[in-house]
Amino acid sequence: MTRRIREWAPALVVFVLVIAVWEGSIAAFHIQQFLLPRPSDIVKTFWTARHTLWPAGWYTFKEALGGFFIGSGLGVLAATIIGRFRNFGTAIMPIAIAANAVPIIAFAPIFGAWFGEVSPHSKSAIAAVLCFLPVMVNTLRGLQSADPRQIELMRSYAASELEIWRRVRVPTALPFLFTALKVASVLAMIGAIVGEYFGGAFNALGVLINSDATIFDFVTAWAGILVASLLGLALYGAVVATERAVVRWAPDTRDA
Amino acid sequence: MSERPVVEIRGVTKTFARGNVTALENIELELHPGEFVSLIGPSGCGKSTLLRVVGDLTPPTSGTVTINGKPARQAREDGDYGIVFQDSVLFDWRTVAKNIALPLEMLGWDREKRKARTEEMLDLVELRNFADHHPWQLSGGMQQRVSIARALSFEPALLLMDEPFGALDEMTRERLNLELLSIWEKLGSTVVFVTHSISEAVFLSTRVVVMSPRPGRIAGMVPIDLPFPRTVETREDPRFFELVTQVRELLRKRGEHLLPEEAAELL
Repeated sequence: MTRRIREWAPALVVFVLVIAVWEGSIAAFHIQQFLLPRPSDIVKTFWTARHTLWPAGWYTFKEALGGFFIGSGLGVLAATIIGRFRNFGTAIMPIAIAANAVPIIAFAPIFGAWFGEVSPHSKSAIAAVLCFLPVMVNTLRGLQSADPRQIELMRSYAASELEIWRRVRVPTALPFLFTALKVASVLAMIGAIVGEYFGGAFNALGVLINSDATIFDFVTAWAGILVASLLGLALYGAVVATERAVVRWAPDTRDA
Repeated sequence: MSERPVVEIRGVTKTFARGNVTALENIELELHPGEFVSLIGPSGCGKSTLLRVVGDLTPPTSGTVTINGKPARQAREDGDYGIVFQDSVLFDWRTVAKNIALPLEMLGWDREKRKARTEEMLDLVELRNFADHHPWQLSGGMQQRVSIARALSFEPALLLMDEPFGALDEMTRERLNLELLSIWEKLGSTVVFVTHSISEAVFLSTRVVVMSPRPGRIAGMVPIDLPFPRTVETREDPRFFELVTQVRELLRKRGEHLLPEEAAELL
């Protein structure tokens, strides 16, 4: 336990310092409220506007979660198929890597047209597309990183391809998969919120942040960002917790 | 020696298409039940390749390998041999006990039988207290003992070992040599042991097969008549030094490309 505290203490100190400097410099340099509100005001609004902000956050979170599961699921499925059929992989991989360089978020208005501008589905779709590629690329890399000597050992037991896949390739790929899922959890939240900037339900977080900023209610916009950050962290934390439960063997997740 | 050989290698040649290298040329070798045979030679002499051909992990270009009277492929599918590599090749996501039980799972043993055998093997390699540890929590020597326990868990008649102690320090290596011999004496399996250490080969074996490189051939054989059980004192026996010298002489002639009939004379 003391080790935990020692590990977290530096980050906590930096965090408190940043907040204090932020709070202090607004008073010191007379920075105007609409340029940068005080952290204390943001937290206050986070509480007073809870009846609109929190449900809005939950609404957006569900969109992100849907996109996260669909995108990651399809990414794992695609990696499995490509990993199984090598020729297919050589045809697809260069395209996949090129597609990864496309700023997918730029498609947001088009997704609105496809799945409905107000509909949560268009936001989930953006989140899903954002999650898909990193998950696919990483999982595929994981499936292909299996130790050839372990595969040879399995062959000495007359193991079938399926058994090698189940007992060697999948366990090897799991740490790679979780690294991708952590990235995807962040991307899913970004996708959902940015998607809502281009239009969405009136009670969606992205829509609220956008409209608050338009009417110069920056404190509420910042409070909305705080809600988004906390939900993003929650999703990330859930992935990390799942990783620790599943990848128990890895030295870096051991508890001393 | 009148029993059916455990391993029969007949005219095995192996060429690698890339670089047009002849790794093995016309290898003839028979292993009898209970023999401990070391393959020794400089790197590139094809000793590891020969082991992999015996294990049906790579096909010979020509020639045949027969194990327990069956083609090598059938023997592999029947689980007739256990194999130990230079690296322990343990699965990080499995505990020590589960690593040892892996071949038993592959053979479809039920849970109770697996557990009982795994415990026997843990006792054999003296790792009972580490059953639930993961491989990265073990020293190199302990990892290699797990690997040996895994190879022996299903009591194969034949044990193939590819420089199993090559990556270990001298002290650990000598201790594991003694442990391996006591296990071998207990189980009576036939062992093919690849090494590039002359003293290790002489200390462990009932017969040392000396190989020469480019192309990989058998340069000669040295029967080792040191008495069993072999102990720390065996290494100080004058006969031990004579045999070491004999093997070294054979290795020195490796550049002269002995003809098969000359090699036969050295028997």
